[in-house]
Amino acid sequence: MMKRVQEEALAPEVERALYDVFDPEIPALSIMDLGMVRSVTSADGHALVQLMPTFMGCPALSIIRRNVIDRVLAVEGVTSADVEFVYDEPWTTERMTETAKVRLREFGIAPPACGLLQMNSLTAECPYCRSSHTRLDSLFGPTACRSVFYCEDCHQPFEAMKPV
Amino acid sequence: MTRSVTYAQFVAKTTDDRYIAALTSFLCQAADDELVMGHRESEWLGMAPEIEEDVAFGSISQDEVGHAVYYYNLVSGLTGEPVELLAYERPHDVRRNAVLVERGNGDWAYTVVRHFFYDEFDHLRLTALTHSSYEPLRQGAAKMLREEYYHRLHAQTWFTRLAQAGGEAKERIERAIATQWPDLPELFMFGEAEQDLLANGIISLSGREVREAWFENVSRVMRGAGLIVPPAPWLGEQNGGSEARAVHTDALKELLGTLSEVYDLDKTAVW
Repeated sequence: MMKRVQEEALAPEVERALYDVFDPEIPALSIMDLGMVRSVTSADGHALVQLMPTFMGCPALSIIRRNVIDRVLAVEGVTSADVEFVYDEPWTTERMTETAKVRLREFGIAPPACGLLQMNSLTAECPYCRSSHTRLDSLFGPTACRSVFYCEDCHQPFEAMKPV
Repeated sequence: MTRSVTYAQFVAKTTDDRYIAALTSFLCQAADDELVMGHRESEWLGMAPEIEEDVAFGSISQDEVGHAVYYYNLVSGLTGEPVELLAYERPHDVRRNAVLVERGNGDWAYTVVRHFFYDEFDHLRLTALTHSSYEPLRQGAAKMLREEYYHRLHAQTWFTRLAQAGGEAKERIERAIATQWPDLPELFMFGEAEQDLLANGIISLSGREVREAWFENVSRVMRGAGLIVPPAPWLGEQNGGSEARAVHTDALKELLGTLSEVYDLDKTAVW
């Protein structure tokens, strides 16, 4: 009986642990805040974490996989862990939590202004002075998920996460 | 709770060999196109005329190679061949990419025109997969389309800007269009498997339908940029179904040599 209760509590425990796994390219964000976690299941001490890749060619995926496994194995009661990348629903920037948007801004990256399908033009609010008086400098940025903008008010270049 | 079909389960469900053969043939075309295109794009790193374009092609190349890996993984699930073998070890004469994507990068105008032509095609091919009977293809296409949005925006912006600039920029764009025009028909050939692909709902549009839609979209952008649209390159041509995507140039041989240079040093290395 006791063992069964522990088993049922394992998946939520694993899920909590995933808040400690950060995006290697944006270390301010956990994969939970990013909305990358599709499901967490466990059976007989084995935990399976399904993740939704943000970009298909994202070079951070293998690092994230390793970090998830390492962190999950540290959860009491977990004896083995695995990560599966799933595409049954595409990851979109709309899956990011409000916490993620706040942390992104603190990190100096503007969160996506809206979803890709609602987008009329690529705009971003300056993460430093919150001005909307900004212009797109480069559609592509240091990682596949970012663009580069310039703030006409505080005269700072800044990065913005692309709506995907 | 998610429902995902593993490739093994899928194969078990699908006993029709012709279905598997058609699917594999199509997946190899798409994978080879994306890998070769992605490699060509990566060749602009450190060479592009503006630093923003170094950055842009860095990202675009990474996306395309990521898509190729996704397709090769599906092939691997169907045939059992390792992904590394599919990507690095298949000789040039069994590759199924269109010749257009293997040609050397040429000048910036050639690259911009090809990027525009290919991405408009890829967008239509992916759109025709969004209702595919093969679930992993349907799911992958939905994801890829969201990434490709930015590739198309980038390609169309540069294409239009150079054409509208007039002078040498426009002349070079016109020259690139004329050079690439004869390479285009092959892009839309799905080969002998086409009937099986359509009959089994793997893809919802024929090569002919894709190219008609492509021609309409591309013509509209070209006219908007002040360019003259030549007659469709496939007019008066025989449909070379079986030969499609089977004949390659030395450019591909050279590209594959470069691509697999590091892999060939130690095939069992773990990264």
